[in-house]
Amino acid sequence: MTEREPANAEAIRIEGLHKSFGPNQVLKGVDLRVATHEVVCLIGASGSGKSTLLRCANLLEPVDAGTIWLWGSRITGAGIDQNLVRRHVGIVFQSFNLFPHMTVLRNITLAPTKVLRTPRAKAEEEARALLDRFGLADRQDDYPDRLSGGQQQRVAIVRALAMKPQIMLLDEVTSALDPELVAEVLDVIRELAAGGMTMLIATHEMGFARDIARRVCFLEEGRIIEDAPPAELFTSPKDERTQRFLRRIVDAGRL
Amino acid sequence: MDDSDYPGQPGGPLSPGGPLAGLTGSPAPGSFGTTGRGPRLLTGGGRRATTISTASTLVVIGALVAIFLVAPGSAEVRHTFFSPHDMWQSFIGNPKKGYYSVGEAIWLNIRMFLAAEVLILVFSLVIALIRQSTSPVLFPLRVLGVIYVDLFRGIPLLLVILAIGFGVPALQLPVISHQPLAVYGVTALVLSYSAYVSEVYRAGLNSVHRSQVAAARSLGLSQWTAMRYVILPQAVRNIIPPLLNDFISLQKDTALVGVLGAIEANNAAQIYGSTVFNYSSFTVAAILFLLLTIPLARFTDHLIERDRRRRLAGGVT
Repeated sequence: MTEREPANAEAIRIEGLHKSFGPNQVLKGVDLRVATHEVVCLIGASGSGKSTLLRCANLLEPVDAGTIWLWGSRITGAGIDQNLVRRHVGIVFQSFNLFPHMTVLRNITLAPTKVLRTPRAKAEEEARALLDRFGLADRQDDYPDRLSGGQQQRVAIVRALAMKPQIMLLDEVTSALDPELVAEVLDVIRELAAGGMTMLIATHEMGFARDIARRVCFLEEGRIIEDAPPAELFTSPKDERTQRFLRRIVDAGRL
Repeated sequence: MDDSDYPGQPGGPLSPGGPLAGLTGSPAPGSFGTTGRGPRLLTGGGRRATTISTASTLVVIGALVAIFLVAPGSAEVRHTFFSPHDMWQSFIGNPKKGYYSVGEAIWLNIRMFLAAEVLILVFSLVIALIRQSTSPVLFPLRVLGVIYVDLFRGIPLLLVILAIGFGVPALQLPVISHQPLAVYGVTALVLSYSAYVSEVYRAGLNSVHRSQVAAARSLGLSQWTAMRYVILPQAVRNIIPPLLNDFISLQKDTALVGVLGAIEANNAAQIYGSTVFNYSSFTVAAILFLLLTIPLARFTDHLIERDRRRRLAGGVT
């Protein structure tokens, strides 16, 4: 999984993914492919399995059945170095999960210095460059609780980027934010997409999904019901369940 | 109450000049204390509250002193426990007359406390980490951890001290059976207290939200690195007050090591008492222990208060 395949290769391939928490079957056979540099959005109601799918792809949850490959290398099953896989796959959570006892800079440099063994000075230099790029340069010495939600989430994205991942998984990264703070985080994601980052994004922001995604997947009850380019899925969804979901979204004034 | 409840009613009950005029404006900050009797005693009128609390304190203390003074055996007790002459004599000690200095003996308590504290902090953390581990390889160690904690939390400290202090020398092993009594005392204190403190650590580790583990692991940190840099620092911050509380208790319990014959403050006081037949030496020991524990207790209060303020400040903790 260390060698990088040429562009347009299959970055993520998921087949027959099953995952249960006790009696609660969350994923019931998910198949999904994401090409390198592709941005795919996952939409669906809460509890449809979007987050679990992302957490499985980062190996935060062990899968019950099914297989995941990254660039053709299997990452599920026995004998996999999870820490090595996670170096290549960044994930950002809905609730930021910054380390509250560390400054912004230390939040970002912890993993590069401890995992990649980057010298501290170099890691800090890279972290400052990233903070600068996302308009957080003056925040490097603050603790997370001094930051707004939008700033915290941008720091969380920078923290994941500091490991130079080839894939980013974003788990409803704007759901915990006040409406006026959503845009600043979405702008960061747009910039990543423009830079060619391969991304799998679970989101409730339908307008954003329509703008940014090459493909949109609609999940319901642990299955991908429909997988289509946004123009197609949002305007003429084929499946009756997708239509029903989108109608509810429109009624709620969110599309 | 919303203004719209009374649309267009000039001169209504809530308008300026109406019968309830005094209640309509938004109250000035802090003015609630002046509107009723109860709140004023709690918040406003600081001087009066201080006067009342001082007076009630004096009354209570005065009553206790009075009972002490009028008790039938008062003079006897005052002589036996509070004789200034004996207090001073036991404090400085006089080996020629067969008793030790309590003031000097307290240093043994302090040394035992400091040694035990460091060892407990390390040992109990190891126990807690073993009990929190999930690796199947460590299963036998986890079982041992559970047995250890159950055992030493269940046995009275005094019995542990006696068992180690008399048992280990009786084994007649090289080196370890020939240690100073204080070493056995410290060993017993460490064994007993580590069982408690490991549970405090465990509570601290559990108080750190699972999402912190997920965030750390998702960055590629190993389980140990995540524990070392992300989980443990937050856990320790949460448990400093209960840890200090246990250490206040540990300071006092060093006195139990005296049963082995080690000349610590309590034992020195006892020797004075049985030599001179005056127990003012115990009062001296008590005062010395208070001088040790009260500063630590105040420091603990200070940390708790600081922690409370930090939480109130609205930090994500």
